[in-house]
Amino acid sequence: MSGRETVLGRIRRALADVPRTERPDQAPVARDHLRVHGERSARETARLLAAHLVDYRAHVSHCTPADLPQTIADLLARRGSRSVVTPAGVPAKWLPEDVERVTDSAALTPLDLDAVGSVVTGCAVAVAETGTLVLDASEDQGRRRITLVPDHHICVVRVPEQVVDSVPQALERLDPARPQTWISGPSATSDIELDRVEGVHGPRTLDVVLVAAEAEATETEADAAGTAEGARGARGAETTGG
Amino acid sequence: MSVTYLGMPPFPVAAAASTGDERLRGNLRHATRTIRDKRAGAVAELSDWSALRTAGAQIKDRTLRHLDHYLEQLEASVTAAGGTVHWAADAEEANGIVTRLVRETGEREVVKVKSMATQEIGLNEALQRAGISAYETDLAELIVQLGEDHPSHILVPAIHRNRGEIRDIFRERMGRWGRPAPQGLTDRPSDLAEAARLHLREKFLNAKVGVSGANFMVAESGTLVVVESEGNGRMCLTLPETLISVVGIEKVVPTWQDLEVFLQLLPRSSTAERMNPYTSTWSGTTDGDGPRDFHLVLLDNGRTDTLADRVGRQTLRCIRCSACLNVCPVYERAGGHAYGSPYPGPIGAILTPQLDSMETGLDASLPYASSLCGACFEVCPVAIDIPEVLVHLRERVVQGGTATVRGQRTTVKPAKGHAAERAAMRAASWTFDHPRALRAGERLASRARRLVPHRLPGPGRAWTDTRDVPQLPQESFRDWWRRSRGPSGDVPSGSANDLPSGTGTGATGEPGGSSGSGGPGRSGGPSKSGRSGGAGPQEGTR
Repeated sequence: MSGRETVLGRIRRALADVPRTERPDQAPVARDHLRVHGERSARETARLLAAHLVDYRAHVSHCTPADLPQTIADLLARRGSRSVVTPAGVPAKWLPEDVERVTDSAALTPLDLDAVGSVVTGCAVAVAETGTLVLDASEDQGRRRITLVPDHHICVVRVPEQVVDSVPQALERLDPARPQTWISGPSATSDIELDRVEGVHGPRTLDVVLVAAEAEATETEADAAGTAEGARGARGAETTGG
Repeated sequence: MSVTYLGMPPFPVAAAASTGDERLRGNLRHATRTIRDKRAGAVAELSDWSALRTAGAQIKDRTLRHLDHYLEQLEASVTAAGGTVHWAADAEEANGIVTRLVRETGEREVVKVKSMATQEIGLNEALQRAGISAYETDLAELIVQLGEDHPSHILVPAIHRNRGEIRDIFRERMGRWGRPAPQGLTDRPSDLAEAARLHLREKFLNAKVGVSGANFMVAESGTLVVVESEGNGRMCLTLPETLISVVGIEKVVPTWQDLEVFLQLLPRSSTAERMNPYTSTWSGTTDGDGPRDFHLVLLDNGRTDTLADRVGRQTLRCIRCSACLNVCPVYERAGGHAYGSPYPGPIGAILTPQLDSMETGLDASLPYASSLCGACFEVCPVAIDIPEVLVHLRERVVQGGTATVRGQRTTVKPAKGHAAERAAMRAASWTFDHPRALRAGERLASRARRLVPHRLPGPGRAWTDTRDVPQLPQESFRDWWRRSRGPSGDVPSGSANDLPSGTGTGATGEPGGSSGSGGPGRSGGPSKSGRSGGAGPQEGTR
């Protein structure tokens, strides 16, 4: 008998107490949990996203669509990156002239990617309540490995259209057939004395650029700075208190 | 093959040694207390936590009640997405399948993501016997592997090591496996993480075969989900050309949207984060992105036997968050190694013996590795009533009964070493069925109470190692009732002072003699008739 028949046979004998007529959807599941934790305006949601990203040690910048190339140029300059890998769907005008642009292709080996300074991508959706960016390998996000091997990731989020409040809302927007990476802050570990340390195998620096229309961007920037400060303060207190 | 490590002693023996290890206890106390407070904070952020917990438990229950249906659906959807599904009834079959798949690639090395299932089946050892090196890439697993050690926590396998010990292991051992630790390595966690990054990077970038487990498998879409922090998981899941995932059959969930419950419950229960740094999801293979070949090995290895037990079945809801370890007073003191398997703590105390069909002395001891305080049940994000299962398994240890072992209904004998307990329980059961014998026994015990030692001899000794023998009252309740209410049971005219005393500690009142019994008087003095009102001579009870 094959492993398959053995296992399925054992399962059916083990479930002798389940009525044969019971359909799977007849086994009760109460879904009384919330779709969203709290009511927020789109602006408040964006602020919460920024605060939670900062809380897990991502760096957050705000800009308008017109300022995006300059913002990216500044982030690359601060990092000192000379080369950048981008998926095919990232517009050429996002990047400054003076860095080497490597367009991702199947020909790039992991070793090639390891030699690149930074990666710039878009995202599929961002989740405010958890401070999460989801990449689903669309044209402007590329293969999963390009946001993994380089040590610096710049991720561009369009606000408000790509931002949702909660995990349930994010899942509704995503297609499970696409390979996904959910990113909440830079690579980290809790393996030494159960204390979180940033920076192991994935990118150790995560820059998130929240791009919004002009008025919104300026206002959000001021507010988010305050919120982020608050989050950092709370976290600091928690760390010393523990 | 047993889930427990070879040659592990029963829990009390191992715990007797580990509880005496001051450094281990210090490391555990520090780590578990840190995470406990953080978890409480992360959970408090969600006002609907109890609703999420109920939904999590019910989704798992639905899946378990129709596991055959969901596994067949999963198999079809993984296959449609370009993956290959294998079924393994036990550890040997699973190890055989993985070994064959690795050999077919022609490679001699694999990189591994931390996986409880592959630890459970001893995959690394099986691959080693076949001449294949398996490199653990999770930081804590690396520490365990380099230290030639066993994991002692589900989430943080090297929790028993502090930063100084980890630095020493890295300095001494990294060079034997690849790139040595940097000169002058300090014990700062960030420096230790950097050393691991450098050591493992060359392995990741050249890896051709990856081996993983999975946290969830979605039946409707064939999607596997791996939740992690460091990025080593992403490396193993996306860089190699071949990916082999070994996953327990209970990890399936019906729908993609069901993940909304578990992706909220798991990170907050596990690392006490709103969300873990990286979660990877994939369905079969994707052209140009990630492995060209994907194999899913569905593992039974005792899970269907657990499923057959209607009380024990809930154990299979477990999502391996390890919250129950962090709150357990027994785990905090005994440490993970005393549990003798990859599954320590309260969940290990119920999971290991069930997967193992209670076949070893260690298995029979694990249901007793608990004070039944219930903290584990309270924090469990899928509401597994661990104390209920512990008591159920204790019954199986002492009384035996029918259980399913490797798919067959079997009558199991009581475990060895519980003969005295069983005899005592049988005697008690008989006595309670025979009122005259009970009365005679109670009287005899009352009269002989001065002769009862503080510590019992023989099999009772272990019991009195940590407890006092309860004091026997001078008069049994039945005698007191008879004396004070009369044989007809009339409502007495006496007051509360009539209550017999002598069961408490300290000085006790003299409730008077054994009226109506006609037996010999108590050796402490002449028996008195009538109601004493508790005014008799003080008796030194100890």
